[in-house]
Amino acid sequence: MENRKIVIIGGGPAGLAAAIAAKKAGVDDVLILERDVRLGGILNQCIHNGFGLHTFHEELTGPEYAERFIQEAKAYDVEAWLNTMVLSLSPDRQITAMNREKGVFVIQADAVILAMGCRERPRGALNIPGTRPAGIYSAGTAQRLVNMEGFMPGKEVVILGSGDIGLIMARRMTLEGANVKVVAELMPYSGGLKRNIVQCLDDYGIPLKLSHTVIEIHGKERVTGVTLAQVDERRRPIPGTEEFISCDTLLLSVGLIPENELSVQAGIWMEAATQGPQVDESLSTNLAGVFACGNVLHVHDLVDYVSEEAALAGSRAAAYVRKMCAQDTAKETLEKENTEMENAESILLHATDGVRYTVPKRIHLVQMGDKLTVRFRVADVYKDKAIHVYYDDRLVRRIPKRVMAPGEMESVVLLKKDLMQAEDVKNITFSIGD
Amino acid sequence: MTFSTKDGRIILQGYSERGKETMYDVIIIGAGVIGCSVARELSRYRLDIGVLEKEEDVCSGTSKANSGIVHAGFDAAPGSVKAKLNVEGNRMMPKLAEELDFDFKQNGSVVLCFDERDLGKLEELYQKGIENGVEGLRIVRGEEMREIEPEISDNVTALLYAPTGGIVCPFGLTIAMAENAATNGAEFHFQTEVTSIVPLENQEGYHIETNQGTFEAKIVVNAAGIYSDVFHNMVSEEKISITPRRGQYCLLDKKAGNLVKHTVFQLPTALGKGVLVTPTVHGNLMIGPTAEDILDKEDTATTADGLAEVAAKAGLSVKQIPRNMVITSFSGLRAHEKGDDFIIGEAADAPGFFDAAGIESPGLTSASAIGKWLAEQIGSKLEAEKKTDFCGRRRGIVRLAELSMEEQNQLIQKNPAYGNVVCRCETITEGEIVDAVHRPVGAKTLDGVKRRTRAGMGRCQAGFCTPRTMEILERELSMQALNICKNHEGSELLVGYPKES
Repeated sequence: MENRKIVIIGGGPAGLAAAIAAKKAGVDDVLILERDVRLGGILNQCIHNGFGLHTFHEELTGPEYAERFIQEAKAYDVEAWLNTMVLSLSPDRQITAMNREKGVFVIQADAVILAMGCRERPRGALNIPGTRPAGIYSAGTAQRLVNMEGFMPGKEVVILGSGDIGLIMARRMTLEGANVKVVAELMPYSGGLKRNIVQCLDDYGIPLKLSHTVIEIHGKERVTGVTLAQVDERRRPIPGTEEFISCDTLLLSVGLIPENELSVQAGIWMEAATQGPQVDESLSTNLAGVFACGNVLHVHDLVDYVSEEAALAGSRAAAYVRKMCAQDTAKETLEKENTEMENAESILLHATDGVRYTVPKRIHLVQMGDKLTVRFRVADVYKDKAIHVYYDDRLVRRIPKRVMAPGEMESVVLLKKDLMQAEDVKNITFSIGD
Repeated sequence: MTFSTKDGRIILQGYSERGKETMYDVIIIGAGVIGCSVARELSRYRLDIGVLEKEEDVCSGTSKANSGIVHAGFDAAPGSVKAKLNVEGNRMMPKLAEELDFDFKQNGSVVLCFDERDLGKLEELYQKGIENGVEGLRIVRGEEMREIEPEISDNVTALLYAPTGGIVCPFGLTIAMAENAATNGAEFHFQTEVTSIVPLENQEGYHIETNQGTFEAKIVVNAAGIYSDVFHNMVSEEKISITPRRGQYCLLDKKAGNLVKHTVFQLPTALGKGVLVTPTVHGNLMIGPTAEDILDKEDTATTADGLAEVAAKAGLSVKQIPRNMVITSFSGLRAHEKGDDFIIGEAADAPGFFDAAGIESPGLTSASAIGKWLAEQIGSKLEAEKKTDFCGRRRGIVRLAELSMEEQNQLIQKNPAYGNVVCRCETITEGEIVDAVHRPVGAKTLDGVKRRTRAGMGRCQAGFCTPRTMEILERELSMQALNICKNHEGSELLVGYPKES
């Protein structure tokens, strides 16, 4: 069994940024395990531009954005094993993985960073009635077929769900010669970024039907059409609103699910609202030395935020490893310290009244940096409302917002000095108010 | 284009391989579980056997969409053909699973009674079971019911426990029998749809017209599932009528697979026949089916009402079925004959024409017994000799995930394709998919790969592995990517290249 200092599961944007940050923080031994043939993750199939506005102050395509991080990782001598699938993770950070060359092997890591990303919700999760023909794809699968493999999965397209990949694919399919007839969204608002609705639908005259869903799929061998219907406020189809739309393809963009099978199996505590691990200010999970970042932690809207968050995970994992090395008495002391810290000085973060969750979930003041970005999503569309932040029962901040929507991630920066001054804060609550 | 097998290997060809007037001793119509079972049992004899299947693969009709239950045998009327073959098929299953290496588990089954007033009916089932020769049956009441199956509803007042009930993978069973039949010489003709059957002038066999040319056979076996009435009625004046009885199901994530240990049936009540809740042999949870008599023999669509009915009824048996864990839903058609019994054997007015018609539940359980029975009758009618070189054993696809680490490493060292995971959800490797393509009666389509390896059957429902599996099919079968189908001809997955129009 090999011993490594930091092992990162996943070589997408989160894994790359975490690896670079860990190197920058002085850990020489950083290994990425990536299941695909190349680094960069899902960015490789996102050939549209709009990436990197925050990080690089310019518009890059997905592969370009990934390439900057890949080059930096190379410059820092980050080791990456490609075509390598992690099969299991144990609570004491033993990773079992497999590839063609090495077969099945086990690595003992001092610290592990989870950066496995997310996957798309399939048709079955919606239980749409009808036939089961060819021509039903998740938007991401279609994106891969078109952008990476060079094939068209269909010509007459209906898209269900207005998540960002669905919106992006509406434009891509149109550009590549397909006829995108409609994007239907179950909710009364889109799940995607406003800018994507404008640039991918409005600019191409593709209608977005809110409060609509597919209630039946038609066609024996290949999709021949779908029945669309309007839904009421409880998301039930309204009789009489059914409309048949002929098409040969149904693309689904109905949500992303963090890929946490490894995390759950390792015994990591999960957060119901995000379907990701519960983490503290260092993005550390309940398992000592196991950190999480990127879409496996919670689904992000912009990759820039993934990179930023992952860099924090990388530097905190590095700090953990350094601490572990410094204390030769090691493990027990460290674990004891962890337990003490859990009990002593943690501030719990709460999401209520329109705020669906917060990442992180708790803050250990001693470990907190000068600033901490708390990220979350809201549960509905809010106009001219404000984010309220409470220290225990005291409203301490009110951040007015013109518009907030579930498709866009919100964030609030907490300052350590504020929390220190406030003294003995036990709970911080985030909510939407006037 | 059609696919046929020669010496157990797949060949791609433009027309039926032997061209016109292909002659066999026995032709079996239909490569579902019954046709494949008959083919395998007949391949013990020195006979030329042809199997004609209108779809592109085995197990493409009723056999592919059912409950996957190995019934104990208390349901059928004592003295019926169903009762006899069910119990016999149930007894044959463990040995067959070992011989043919498919997934089977004897998990036992229970029938729930929700009302004291229905106790008589439960007792009746018990008595039928005893008469049919079902072993180990007993009626359980009180606390012990929850010891047997803890998650059953609080409303359950009694249950019938049948330890010999089991679960099987219907694909695994059918494919195993087909492969073994092919290895022993049976020839499979796919996308070969029978259009007419006419007795030969000398009355010693039949002419069979298909969309792939003419075949001749001394014996015809009608194992055509919901179409078995069509073929029977071509040669017999004693008409039969098969009604497609649709059953809708929901399949749930493996995370819900431990909700129940046994197959949980409901005692039929005034409200109708119940639905079952069962673990599948691969560890998912399945609920269903509905029972709707329909007109269209091809209508395997699910409906909103049907799926809602399944969920509602399943909820009566078991507490808290996690409906948000549904990963797919589907429906299948049972071949229901109004006499409510299997029609098996030589048609009275059509010598040499053997029926296996009206095979609905417990058809999957009975398949091996039906195959054996028909093969014995046909073998003796043709005075056929048994082969000395028949090989009844078949090894399934080696599943990397089921091996020890040492075995895994040996396998990957020998063939690195086993170190490449294609389906993440089910941990299926490239090596397994390549094996599925190249074995006898191998996979040619995405669904063919899925049914043989489970690649694409997991929680992401093939979102990730579809492009990768397509690449493997393209390479291994020297196919054009644009010709790769989900299943039937016409179900091509891709429609062209970007910027064509």
